[in-house]
Amino acid sequence: MNEHTNDRVPFGFWVYLMSDCVLFAALFATYAVLRGETFGGPSGAELFSLPFVLAETIILLVSSATIGLAMLAAHHKKKKEVIILLLATFALGCAFLAMEVSEFAQFVREGHGWQQSAFLSSFFTLVGTHGLHIFLGSLWMLVLLFHLLYKGLTPGTRSKLMCLTLFWHFLDIVWIFIFTFVYLFALL
Amino acid sequence: MFGKLTLEALKHGLVETIGQLVVLGSASAVIIALFYFKRWRWLWDEWITTVDAKRIGIMYILLSLAMVARGFIDALMLRGQQAVAVGDNVGFLNGEHFSQIFTAHGVIMIFFVAMPLMFGLLNLVVPLQIGARDVAFPFLNSMSFWLTAAGAMLINCSLVVGQFAATGWLGYPPLSELQYSPGVGVDYYIWALQIAGVGTLLSGINFLVTIIKMRAPGMKLMRMPIFVWTSLGSMALVIFAFPILTATLALLSLDRTMGMHFFTTDLGGNAMMYVNLIWAWGHPEVYILILPAFGIFSEIVPVFAQKKLFGYVSMVIATLLIVVMSFLVWLHHFFTMGAGADVNAFFGIATMAIAIPTGVKVFNWLFTMFRGRIVFPTPMLWFLGFITTFMLGGMSGVLMSVPGVDFQFHNSLFLVAHFHNMIIGGVLFGFFAGLTYWFPKIFGFTLNERLGKWAFWLWLVGFCTAFIPLYILGIMGMTRRLSSIGTSTEWHSLLVVAAIGACIIALALAFQALQLIVSIIQRHHNVAPRDSWNGRTLEWSTPSPVPFYNFAIIPRIAGRDAFWIMKQAGLNHASTQYEDIVMPKNTGMGFIIAACSFAFGFAMVWHIWWLVVLALLAIFICVVARSFGEDIEYTVPAAEIARIEHGLRKLV
Repeated sequence: MNEHTNDRVPFGFWVYLMSDCVLFAALFATYAVLRGETFGGPSGAELFSLPFVLAETIILLVSSATIGLAMLAAHHKKKKEVIILLLATFALGCAFLAMEVSEFAQFVREGHGWQQSAFLSSFFTLVGTHGLHIFLGSLWMLVLLFHLLYKGLTPGTRSKLMCLTLFWHFLDIVWIFIFTFVYLFALL
Repeated sequence: MFGKLTLEALKHGLVETIGQLVVLGSASAVIIALFYFKRWRWLWDEWITTVDAKRIGIMYILLSLAMVARGFIDALMLRGQQAVAVGDNVGFLNGEHFSQIFTAHGVIMIFFVAMPLMFGLLNLVVPLQIGARDVAFPFLNSMSFWLTAAGAMLINCSLVVGQFAATGWLGYPPLSELQYSPGVGVDYYIWALQIAGVGTLLSGINFLVTIIKMRAPGMKLMRMPIFVWTSLGSMALVIFAFPILTATLALLSLDRTMGMHFFTTDLGGNAMMYVNLIWAWGHPEVYILILPAFGIFSEIVPVFAQKKLFGYVSMVIATLLIVVMSFLVWLHHFFTMGAGADVNAFFGIATMAIAIPTGVKVFNWLFTMFRGRIVFPTPMLWFLGFITTFMLGGMSGVLMSVPGVDFQFHNSLFLVAHFHNMIIGGVLFGFFAGLTYWFPKIFGFTLNERLGKWAFWLWLVGFCTAFIPLYILGIMGMTRRLSSIGTSTEWHSLLVVAAIGACIIALALAFQALQLIVSIIQRHHNVAPRDSWNGRTLEWSTPSPVPFYNFAIIPRIAGRDAFWIMKQAGLNHASTQYEDIVMPKNTGMGFIIAACSFAFGFAMVWHIWWLVVLALLAIFICVVARSFGEDIEYTVPAAEIARIEHGLRKLV
C-alpha cells in the first residue's frame, strides 16, 4: 500500500459512516412513529430500567476512551500498549453486548418479544441494529489484534486502527442518541 | 434440509415454463460455448478477476444488456396482454402472472438495466475525465459489480425456482406482507435488491472518494467536466438514499421472517410508513439516474456545437440544487395518502421548484447550441430526441405536482406515461448518447452511424407511439396494472396503438443489436483515432482503446476543457519522460464474496438456515483473508510503458 491509499481509506470509511448514519436515522424515524403503538403491550416506561441502561452507557463510554488511548499509543508507536488497550476495549464491548442480550432475553422471557407490538418491533430493531454493529466491531477488533501481532504497527495497520476507532466512536454517538430518545424519553 | 424448497417450486404454467426454459437454455448455451472454445481460463484471468475500471464498466454494460432483454420481453407481454384482454377475452396471462410481470419489469429496468448502465458509464469515463489511473478502491469496485450481478442472478433465479413478487416494483405493504403474499416472490425481491444495493452503496462511496481525492494536479473542483460534477452529485445521493432502502427492505423482511409489526395491518403496524420510507429513497433514486444523463449531454452538446458549454457555473449550481431538493419532494408520490392540505402544498411547491434548476440546464444546452456550428452524428440526435421528449415529460410532471390534479391522475396510466417519458426520454436516451459517444474511446473503433440513426428514429417514433396513448388513456381514467378491461371503456384502440409502439421499439432494439454486430465486423475499417469527435475533455487525450494504466503521464490541468486547452497550446502528448506505474493486482475475491452473497440470498428466500450461516461464515473468512493480503499491487516499469506507448503511437 502506498501513502495515497492510506489517506483514501479513512476518508472513504468516514463516508461509509455517514451512510450508516442515514440507516440509523431511518430506524430512529421508524421508532419515533411507532413508539406509542404498544397495542395493549407494555410501554417503554414499564419495561426499561434506568440504572441498568446507565451502566451499559458508562461501559460503552469507557470503551470509547480506551480505544482513543489505543490510537494515541499507536501514534507514539507503542505496540504493546495498543494491544492491551484494544483488549480492554474488546472486553468492554463484550460486557456491553452481554448486558444488552440479557436485557432482551428478560423482555422475551416476560412475554414481551418483538412480535407483541409495533413499539417492541421497532425497539428491538433499533437497539439490536446498534448491538449488531458493536458485535461486528468486536469481531473486527479481534482480526486487527492478529494483524498487530503478526505485522506490528505498519502504516497499513495504523490506517485500519484509525477506521476501527472512527467506527467505535460513531457507535458511541449512536448509543447516546438511543440512550436519550429511547430510554430517557420513556422514563423521564 | 432445504427449508421451504421442494420440487413443487419448479412447476409452472405454460408461459412461465417458456421463460424457465429460456433462462436455463441461455445459461447452458453460455457454459457450453465456454467449454467449446476453451475460454474458462481467459474468462477468469481477463474478466472475472479484473480490477480495471474500464473492464468492470464493460461488464456492467453487458449485464445491463442481458437484463434489458428480459425487462423488454416483460414489457412486450404487458402491452400484448392489455391489447388483447378485452371483454370476454382474458388474454394469455392470468392476473397473478400479469402482476409478477409488471413487478419484474419495473424492478429489472430500474435496478438491473438503468443502474448498471449508469455505473458502467461512470467506470468507463470518470477516471479518464479526472486524469486518474483507476478508481480509489479497485477491489471494492470489482466486488460492487459482482454483488450487482448476484442480485440480477437472484431475480433470474426466481423465474426458474419459485415465483417473483406480484406487488408492484416497490412492494407496498400490506400486500407484500406474509399474510397476503405467503410465497417466496417478495423474498426474492427483497434479497435481490439488498445484495445489489450493497454493491451500489459501495460503488457510490468509491466514486465519491475517487472524484474528491484522485483528480490530476491542477484540476480544481470548478475545472471538472460537468459529467464528473453530475456523477459526484449522483453518488452523494446514492450514499444518502440507499441506506434508507436497505433499512426499509430490512424492516419488511423482519415483518415477514421474524413476525414483527412494522407495516402489518394489526398490532400497531403502519403501512404508510413504508410508503414514506421507500419514496424517501425512491425519489432521490430517479435523480441518481438522471443526473449522469444530464452530465453526458453537457459533454456532448459543446463538442457537437463546437463551442464551449454555456453557463458552466450555473450548471454546477443547478446540479447541487437538484441533489439537495431531491430529498424534499418524496411525498408527491402519494398526495392521496391524506396528509392534509398544508403538507401536500409544501411538497407540491417543492416539486414545482425542482423543475427550475432542471430548466436552467435545458436553457444552458440550448444556448450552447445557439450560434454554434452544430454537426449531427448519432449522440447529438439522441440529445435532440431527449430535449423534445424530456420537455413533454417534465411538463406532465409539473402538471401532476399540483395536488388537486394529482388526485385525478394518481395511479392512472397518465403517471405511467409520465415516468416512462422521464426514464426513457431522459435517462435511456442520455445513456445511449453516452455509449455511442464514448464507444470508440473504449473499444478503439466507432459504431456504425447509418444503423445508429435508424435505431434512433425508430426509438423516437416507437416511444411516442407507445406512450402518448397512455397519457390519453390516463386522462380517460384508465388505472395502471389492469390485466383485462371491459369493452364499454373504449380504451381498446389506444391500447392497440401502444402495443404497436412497443413493437416499433423492439425493431429499434434490433437495429441497435445489428449496429453493434456490424460495427464489430467492420472494426478494422472504422478504427477510431485518439480524438474521435474533436473532444474537449481529458479522455480524448488518451489512445483509443485506452491502455490499462489510462495515462502514461498524469496530465497537468490548466483550466476547464483541459484537453481543448492542451490542443490550443500544442502540448498534445509531447512528453516521453515515463515513470514506473503502480497498478492493483487482479483478484477473484470480489467474485467469490458475491457468489457467497448469492448463496446467502437464495438461502434466505427459501429459509435454508444452515446455508445462511455457512454463506455468512464464508463471506467473513473471505473479508479477513483479503485484509491480510499484502501483495495487492505490482509495478509496471517505465521501459514497459515506453514500449506500449511507442507501439500505440505508431498505430494512431
